[in-house]
Amino acid sequence: MIINQLSVFVENQPGKLAEVLGVLHTHEINIRAMSVGDTADFGILRIIVNEPEKVQHVLRGAGFTVKITPVASIILSDQPGSLFEQVSKLSSAGVNVEYIYAFAANSAEKHARVVLKVDNLNLAERLISGKCETSEAYGDDACATPNFYW
Amino acid sequence: MNTYWNKPAETMEREEMSNLQAGRLKEIVTRLYRQQPFYRSKMQEQGLLPEDVVTLEDIKKLPFVSKQDMRDNYPYGLFAAPMSEIVRIHASSGTTGRPTVVGYTKRDIGIWSEVAARSLVAAGLSKQSCIQIAYGYGLFTGGLGIHYGAELLGASVIPISSGNTNRQIMLMKDFGTTAIACTPSYALYIAETMREMGIDPRETKLRTGIFGAEPWTERMRQAIEAQLGIKAMDIYGLSEIIGPGVAIECSEQNGLHISEDHFYPEIINPVTGEVLPDGEKGELVLTTLTKEGMPMIRYRTRDLSVLHREKCDCGRTLVRMSKVLGRSDDMLIIRGVNVFPSQVENVLLGIGSTSPHYQLIVERKGNLDHLTVLVELTEEMFTDEVRGLEELEHKIKGELSSVLSVSATVRLVGPKTIERSEGKAKRVIDKREL
Repeated sequence: MIINQLSVFVENQPGKLAEVLGVLHTHEINIRAMSVGDTADFGILRIIVNEPEKVQHVLRGAGFTVKITPVASIILSDQPGSLFEQVSKLSSAGVNVEYIYAFAANSAEKHARVVLKVDNLNLAERLISGKCETSEAYGDDACATPNFYW
Repeated sequence: MNTYWNKPAETMEREEMSNLQAGRLKEIVTRLYRQQPFYRSKMQEQGLLPEDVVTLEDIKKLPFVSKQDMRDNYPYGLFAAPMSEIVRIHASSGTTGRPTVVGYTKRDIGIWSEVAARSLVAAGLSKQSCIQIAYGYGLFTGGLGIHYGAELLGASVIPISSGNTNRQIMLMKDFGTTAIACTPSYALYIAETMREMGIDPRETKLRTGIFGAEPWTERMRQAIEAQLGIKAMDIYGLSEIIGPGVAIECSEQNGLHISEDHFYPEIINPVTGEVLPDGEKGELVLTTLTKEGMPMIRYRTRDLSVLHREKCDCGRTLVRMSKVLGRSDDMLIIRGVNVFPSQVENVLLGIGSTSPHYQLIVERKGNLDHLTVLVELTEEMFTDEVRGLEELEHKIKGELSSVLSVSATVRLVGPKTIERSEGKAKRVIDKREL
């Protein structure tokens, strides 16, 4: 499933992350999943929320640099090997995973959910949903030749 | 040891100097009006004829020339000699990628060598000196300007150019260098490196430093003199006028003697353009009285200074300018390189930022200037991947160093985090305690 993720630029300094979280709190926005990619100077906070367009508007209004990025979301059975199985499909087809992170756990659910940012979102989506098999990827235009092929 | 390189010129009585200057001014104004389209149209705009300039006072009637005029007439529009007579071209970095171009005839090179030789002698050098020239050679006037002066003087020249500090120190020891020419901040860096290498500067033969190309203070002089055990002399110049050698400190270290038989100085109020009397601080305006390739009439240097005409204890009668006290524009001098905030803006616009907010922070770290450029990240520049933002940082850094000729650390910051005063972003924070 393709879902919209919010990416927020955050300087790598004390209090900066709290500022973003404070705005979300004020507007009673619940974070369903999150991760931070960071360097010495800055980080990119990535969050999954309900109504991402509305939250983007809220954060922009509070002065943050925000972008909506489509990402793949996979529901997995909560058992060993299930993530491996999905990621293998992607790697066999030459899809690169830029980053991956998990949803907040919900003990009532029997499933785990992860978010993946990939370089070929449509192909990843087809692979995960089973609309496209790894084995036919090489012959199919939609499943482009993997970059390691040559 | 020589006290003067050109005693008649350097100790000329005031009246004789004024007559000489007035004669040369009249000559050059007449020549430019007849032969140089830029100056002719500038004078015609004011309704001026060469006959209107008779005395030195009359110079006030003439319009100023600015760096913008040089850009507008890039590259050769201000040259006053045919290219067949031009034997050398130098250039300095410009704000819009267009450098400021200057040309010299054979005679101009002679004048430059002469004033540079005068400067070296005033600073205490002689034929016996061994001078290590650690200014950059090339389009920058620093290296070649001092080089020609030192050769004319007859000193032994080591044209090492800038950089490679360990090698500078090795040659200084092995070759018996007695004088070094470089930027004052680089001198401090050399001193620090020598300490790290366990070399006592006092055990070398180094006695004199010819320092310029960037502003520096008395405090810095004391630091250099104490750390290197030398006399640190200030040399002033700018490529638009000729290069290093326009003015030099003498043994008194109380202002820089301007070779005013070649370069006529005025101090003006930078806002009104009004000429200020001696002793008042203002912008230095220079007129070249003898140059052929690219004469300058009332060039606004943007350097702030004060003129003093009392006779100096060194015996020179040449007018003295104070050490440069600052700038009347927003130009920064970083490691001897001229940097304008607008250059940074142009780079950011070129990278696709529509309304860049940025800030230049200049610090002195371990005696070397360090430039950090903060860039507010806009949504059009923002990508979701760390790698993308790092690439953006690298791209900005790469373009900045190629446009500015000085390397900068680039830091992306959040929107509206750069301090603004009255809505306008504060473009420059200079933390150097000069």
